[in-house]
Amino acid sequence: MEPIEEELEDEAALELPSEPMKLNMGPSHPAMHGTIRMVLDLDGEIIQEVDVQPGYLHRGFEKSCERGTWQQVYPYADRLNYVSPMLNNVGFSLAAEKLLGITVPERCQYYRVILGELARIADHLTCNGAGAMELGAFTPFLWCLKVRDWVWDILEKETGARMTHSFGRIGGMARPPTATLKEDVRALLPEIEKVLMEVETMLLRNRIFLDRMQGVGILTKELALDAGVTGPMLRSTGVDYDVRKAHPYLVYDRFDFDVPIGHDGDNYDRFLVRTEEMRQSCRILAQACDQMPDDGPINVDDPRVMLPEKHAVYTTIEATIAHFKLVMEGIKIPPGEVYSYTEAGNGELGFYLVSDGSGTPYRVRCRPPCFINLAICRDMLLGEMVADIIPTFGSVNMIGGECDR
Amino acid sequence: MGEVKTILGGDTNFATTKFEALLGWARKYSLFQYPFATACCGMEFFAVAGPRYDSARFGAEAPRFSPRQSDVLWVVGTISQRQAPVVKRVYEQMAEPKWVVAFGTCASTGGFYDNYTTLPGVDKVIPVDVYIPACPPRPEAVLDALMLLMEKIQKGNREPVTVPPREMPKLAQIRTRPDAVSAADAAHASELLRAAGRLGSGE
Amino acid sequence: MSAKILARLQAQFGARILSTSSFRGDDTAVVAAKDWREVALFLKTDAETALDHFTDLTAVDYPEREPGLPRFDVLVHARSMRKGHRFTLKTRVRDGESLDSLLPVWRGADWTERECFDMFGIVFRGHPDLRRILMYPEFTGHPLRKDYPIERVQPLVKYRDEDNIEKLAPFGPEEGQPFARIDWQARLLGEDLQVAPALAVQQGQKHNTSETSATQKGAPLPAEIPGKA
Repeated sequence: MEPIEEELEDEAALELPSEPMKLNMGPSHPAMHGTIRMVLDLDGEIIQEVDVQPGYLHRGFEKSCERGTWQQVYPYADRLNYVSPMLNNVGFSLAAEKLLGITVPERCQYYRVILGELARIADHLTCNGAGAMELGAFTPFLWCLKVRDWVWDILEKETGARMTHSFGRIGGMARPPTATLKEDVRALLPEIEKVLMEVETMLLRNRIFLDRMQGVGILTKELALDAGVTGPMLRSTGVDYDVRKAHPYLVYDRFDFDVPIGHDGDNYDRFLVRTEEMRQSCRILAQACDQMPDDGPINVDDPRVMLPEKHAVYTTIEATIAHFKLVMEGIKIPPGEVYSYTEAGNGELGFYLVSDGSGTPYRVRCRPPCFINLAICRDMLLGEMVADIIPTFGSVNMIGGECDR
Repeated sequence: MGEVKTILGGDTNFATTKFEALLGWARKYSLFQYPFATACCGMEFFAVAGPRYDSARFGAEAPRFSPRQSDVLWVVGTISQRQAPVVKRVYEQMAEPKWVVAFGTCASTGGFYDNYTTLPGVDKVIPVDVYIPACPPRPEAVLDALMLLMEKIQKGNREPVTVPPREMPKLAQIRTRPDAVSAADAAHASELLRAAGRLGSGE
Repeated sequence: MSAKILARLQAQFGARILSTSSFRGDDTAVVAAKDWREVALFLKTDAETALDHFTDLTAVDYPEREPGLPRFDVLVHARSMRKGHRFTLKTRVRDGESLDSLLPVWRGADWTERECFDMFGIVFRGHPDLRRILMYPEFTGHPLRKDYPIERVQPLVKYRDEDNIEKLAPFGPEEGQPFARIDWQARLLGEDLQVAPALAVQQGQKHNTSETSATQKGAPLPAEIPGKA
């Protein structure tokens, strides 16, 4: 075919005429982890308007919590962000303890940090791995899963379950750390670093990956703040905000770690921020293993919240009654309301708790980071191509259980 | 239904079977699956497909994201009332023969989400062949379910089954002995468990 | 630190701030519903408060409050990126009363207000797209109200009405984690619970004895759906 000789006056004349089209994506779409529906108005391949409809995994978390005891919230909280259940456990524990006005012993705080950071690594590995898989890079996904299984091995050894641990307790943890915890974590850290490097080698010089990530799904700093975006998504826009640094909880103020921030707020930055956060989590883990005391209590010494010792339950009537009341009626948290926040995998995980003094929560409101992050997904997608939905949505990392609760 | 029988002898070996058995045999080793992954169980579903558990060993690793091309519908995770029409429609779009696996307690019964928004088990809207209990099931249980399903396909059996818990007969034997447990017994028990793949080898 | 916000608010609005409280470090101010948007806008734009980072918007239902007090509490949490403090603004609305939308103030109020409308039925005046977000449009009622019974389902699909789709006995403890980590040492020492014969077929339930059963190998059937061939 001969090349066109003359200069076209109007480039648009080359374009094929297209009519606006409606396209439905989801709620069961192959390239989206999580169930969500998007109704798109398309002009050719360009997205003119998008209506993001979450809610397909609404499971009544907040209502279900209102019929049990405070302790019975844990299994539900586990299944909020099911990629990193331990962080939800920690978040809810801290909220309930804030409402009670108690602080757990130092050893427990370190224990929570270690388990929480392991969960964060598992979370980011899943997000990055699945995001790469959706772009066709299957091998990094398998590598990420491999490491995630190693992380889960440690969590399983500690808690007895691979992912839904229900391991937190108000005022402590279910069990003290195993003797091999530090050793296991220390052995795992170099392996994680190694695989992270391998994944980066595979992806960061891959033209296909770069083309689909760089400059796609851009989020501006101003919009992100206005919309309440938190977590890696906010940091990718260049805002230096991490709850662990800005409002240190547990013992995070004792660790030396950096908060990685991005520059452009595109998918590529979000990928890099998550990768770097895993490295920082490894740093925290190493320091926590060094600093964590080997002995000492795990649970607070407070008969209002902790079950009495098993031996005492069997031998004394006071302990039997206390045990019965704590199990049957639940922990009596004094009336009040608090908002407590922690840094979870996707951003600021907040719990707004209202207690009326009975053993049952009056209201448990979870501030779901990815629900609020997803709300501005529309602005990130307008003007992009249909195919860009996949990496953009993947890097927002919407987790159905947390988004829809 | 008969099994495949091989007749050896002479220069040529034969296999005799019934046509259905042959079909079942062919079907069970090439399961194209449609993972309808909604919730937490999806994470374990990833793990099953992942390198450690590797469902490819069973010829069931290839997901087909069009229901028209798939044989097995994995309902992975909670199905809400809002999702129920979707899963029903996906099921109706699948071509016969088709099988359904309810993955996890939520898909089997609704689990502890006994409330206004959750469907109490996906079998309320579509028939289910294999139920996998646990919240979420461990990958080993999923592999058990896969083998159970393959057995059902081979036999043409459409009766719903639940993945049974694993038994530990040897351990029970050891424990019923009245005298104290010796170190040798303990070592033997851990040996058995390791052989059964149920103690983490620590990679 | 954020006690300054309370002082600043009181200096600006005086008696229009109905009450203030500080509990466990959370500072809260309560305003009337008509002042809701104005105070929120002030909190965001004022140089001293500067609550530019939206955090959350939610509601709480108190149906049995003493008469005179409206039924719902609506709260917005926000944070200042520059100053690092947090603040909670609260208002109260009656059932059926509408509230000014905070969408012009914080963009993040968009979906959270839709959720509030969906879950509590609070109408936000001026919200351009106030639809249900978590529940489906056919759903009637507002599930997080205390008077909505938790078990009332509104199915979109008719359930299959076969007689025998009811499953066997609910999953017992043994079936919950069939492959859970085995604390074999404890097991050997007899510290764990007796392993229940979870496989036993329930008495009185129809036992399918057809030879096609896949799992029938001498052992009793696992929890199996009876009757349906």
